[in-house]
Amino acid sequence: MSGFWSGWIILITLGNILACYWLVRWTTKKRPGEAATGDVTGHKWDGLQEFNNPLPRWWLWLFYFTLIFSLVYLVLFPGLGTFKGVLGWSSQGSQYGAEMERAAQTYDPIFKKYAAMPIEQVAADEEAKGMGRRMFLSYCSQCHGSDAEGAKGFPNLADNDWLYGGAPDQIKQTIMAGRQGVMPPHKDRVDAAGLDALANYVMSLSGRKEADAAKVAQGQQLFTSNGCIACHGADGKGNQALGAPNLTDNTWLYGSSADTIKETIANGRNGQMPAHADFLGADKVHLLSAYVYGLSQKK
Amino acid sequence: MQNQQTYNYKVVRQFAIMTVVWGIVGMLVGVIIAAQLRWPELNFDTPWLTFSRLRPLHTNAVIFAFGGSALFATSLYIVQRTCHVRLISDKLAAFVFWGWQLIIVLAAITFPLGITSSKEYAELEWPIDLLVTVVWVAYAILFFGTIMKRKTPHIYVALWFFGAYILTIALLHLVNNAELPIALYGGSWLQSYSVYPGAIDAMVQWWYGHNAVGFFLTAAFLGMMYYFVPMQAGRPVYSYRLSVVHFWALISTYMWAGPHHLHYTALPDWTQSLGMVFSLILLAPSWGGMINGIMTLSGAWHKLRTDPILRFLIVSLSFYGMSTFEGPMMAIKTVNELSHYTDWTVGHVHSGALGWVAMVSIGSLYALIPKLFGRDGMYSSKLIDVHFWVMTIGVVFYIASMWISGVLQGLMWRAVNADGTLTYSFVESVEAMYPFYFVRFLGGVLVLVGMFIMAYNVWKTVADAKPANDAIPAVAH
Repeated sequence: MSGFWSGWIILITLGNILACYWLVRWTTKKRPGEAATGDVTGHKWDGLQEFNNPLPRWWLWLFYFTLIFSLVYLVLFPGLGTFKGVLGWSSQGSQYGAEMERAAQTYDPIFKKYAAMPIEQVAADEEAKGMGRRMFLSYCSQCHGSDAEGAKGFPNLADNDWLYGGAPDQIKQTIMAGRQGVMPPHKDRVDAAGLDALANYVMSLSGRKEADAAKVAQGQQLFTSNGCIACHGADGKGNQALGAPNLTDNTWLYGSSADTIKETIANGRNGQMPAHADFLGADKVHLLSAYVYGLSQKK
Repeated sequence: MQNQQTYNYKVVRQFAIMTVVWGIVGMLVGVIIAAQLRWPELNFDTPWLTFSRLRPLHTNAVIFAFGGSALFATSLYIVQRTCHVRLISDKLAAFVFWGWQLIIVLAAITFPLGITSSKEYAELEWPIDLLVTVVWVAYAILFFGTIMKRKTPHIYVALWFFGAYILTIALLHLVNNAELPIALYGGSWLQSYSVYPGAIDAMVQWWYGHNAVGFFLTAAFLGMMYYFVPMQAGRPVYSYRLSVVHFWALISTYMWAGPHHLHYTALPDWTQSLGMVFSLILLAPSWGGMINGIMTLSGAWHKLRTDPILRFLIVSLSFYGMSTFEGPMMAIKTVNELSHYTDWTVGHVHSGALGWVAMVSIGSLYALIPKLFGRDGMYSSKLIDVHFWVMTIGVVFYIASMWISGVLQGLMWRAVNADGTLTYSFVESVEAMYPFYFVRFLGGVLVLVGMFIMAYNVWKTVADAKPANDAIPAVAH
C-alpha cells in the first residue's frame, strides 16, 4: 500500500469516528428559540409530530464507549492504513503462527513416538488406531467414505485390493506424494464394434458369463493391437508400479456394466489422489498409513 | 385537476397486495428448502428443485419481492402523505410497479434454471441487472421528484431513511454487479463474470451484501417504522434529536461494516479490523431507531393490550434491537471464530428478516390496507392477533433452533482431542443438526401459516371494497 492510500484510509477512518462524536455534541447543543424538552418541535406532517426530547443518557454513554473502544483498538491492532498497531499482532504471523507452534509443541511428540515405530506395529496399537480413524474421518472420508469402502472413482481401502500396492511403504508413498491414475481415451482408435468387443473381453477376464464368445476373441486381438497390454499386461493382471488396475479380479473402480467399461475405454479416466506431505507432514502420514494398512489386515 | 387533489393510491394498492402474494411465495420456498435440509431426498433428484437453486430463489423472493414490494408500497404512500402532494407521475408509478414484477418473474424463472452470477443476494444475471437499474432510476425520479414538489416546509424523518436507501441501493447495485458477459469471449449470452479479481471481488461482494442488509433491510424499514409506529400509537415521535444522530451515524458507519463477513480470510488484516470496529460503533446508531420507536409508545402503553397491529410493530422493534446487538457482537473476531460458517449466522439473519423486516411490514400493511380501500380497519382484528401469535412462536422456534445448532456446530468443529486430532468429523456435526433442522422447519411452517391467515384477512377486507381516493389535506403549520 502506498503512503497516499495509507494516509487516505487513516483520514477517512478517523474522520468518520470523530464525525460521529461531533454529530452527538452538535445535536445535544441547545439553540435559542427551539422547543423546550418534552415539547413538540412544531413541525407537522400528515398529523405526525416529533418531541424535542434529549438523547437518552445511557445510550449516549454506549455510543461514546464504542467510539473510545474503536480508537483504542486501532492503536493496538492493524487497521489504520500501513500502521501495524503497537501490539504487533497479525492474523498470519502472531495468531496463526503462535497457535500452530503451540500445537506443534503439544502434539508433535505424540506423533513422533509412532513415527519411530514400524507401520505394522503402529497398525496394531489401539491408541494409534483411534487417532488414525479420526484423522481418516477428517482428511480422507470425503472421497473414500467414512467406512473407507470408497465410491465410484475412489478406491475401496478396506478390501486388500491395491492399485499401487498394499505394502506399508507403498501406502505411505501414496499418501505422501499422491497418485495420478491416467487411463488414456481410445475413441479415436477404436470404433463402436471394437469398443463392444474390448468390453466383452475385459468382462471375460473376470470370468463373467455374460461375455459373448465371438466378441471376446475379437476383443482379445484388439487388447493386444491397441497397446492395452502395455499397462494392464498380456494377462490383464495390471501393474502396480503404474497403478494400472488388475482386470481379472472383478473389482471395478468406475463400475462393472458393459456401458461403463466402454465409457472407460472410449473416454479414458483420470484418478487423482492428492499429495499430503506438505499438508500433514511425514509423522502424521505415517500414522494414517498405519490406519489404512490396518483396515485390510483384519480378514 | 381531479388528480392534483387526490393521492395516487393505485400503485400503493398494487404493491401492498403483491407484498402478501410474494410473501407467501418466498416463505413457501423457504419452508421447502428448510425441509430439504432435514429430508435431503425432497429434491427428487431434479436439478431445478435442488437446494442450491431454490435457496437464491428464496432469499431474492423474500428480500426483493416481499420486502421490496412492502417498501415500494409504504415509501410511495408515505412520500405522498408527508409531502401533502400526489406522486409526480402516474405513468412512472405504473412503470415501477410492472417493471419490478417483471424482474421478480424473471428471477423466478432463471434461478431454478441455474442461471446465476453466484454473488449472494446479487445472483440475477446481467440482462436482469440492467432492467433493475432502469426500474430503480424510475423509482428514484418518482420519489425524489415528489419530495421536490412537497407542500410541507420540512422533510419528514421517514423520508430521510427512504432517500438514503434509494441512493445507496443504486450505488451498491451498480458497483457490485459490474460484470462482463462471457459472450464477449465466446460463451453464453446469459452468463457473466465479475470484473473484480479474487479478494477484491470478495470485499466488493460483502460491502454490497452488508449494505444490502443496512440500507434495504434496515434503513428503509426504519423509514416505514417512523411513519406507522407514531401513526398507530397516535403519539409524536419520541425524539427529533435522536433521529438526527442515529440517521447520520447509521448511514455513515454501515458503509464500513462489510469486512466482518470475511474475518480470517485472505482479506488484509487492516480491512478486517476496520470492519470490526465500525460494526461495534454501529450498535448505538442502530439502537437509536429502536429507542425512538419503542419510546414513542410511552404514555400509550395500554394500547398494546388492545391493538394487535401495534403489537406487531413493537415486537418487530424488539427483534430489531436484539439482532442489532447480536450483529456487532458476532463481528468481534473472537466471537466470529466460533460463529462463522455456522447456523448461528442463519439464525441471526432470520431474527432480523422475520422478526424485524417481516413483522414491521406486516404490521404496517395491516394499518395501511384498510386506508387504501376505504375501510375503517381490517376485516378481523382477531385474526391479526392470531397471526401475531402464530408468527411470533414460529420466529422464536426458528431463531432458538439456529442459535443452538450454530453454537453446537462451532463447538463441534473446533473440539480437539488430547492428541490434536479433531474430536468430530464434519459429517458427525451434520448428523447432530437434524433435530434443530426439524424445529426450524416447524418454525418456518408457522410463519407461512401466518401469511395465509393474513391473505384471508386481506381478501375479506378488500374483496368488495371500493378503492379509496383520498383528497390531499391542507398542510398544517
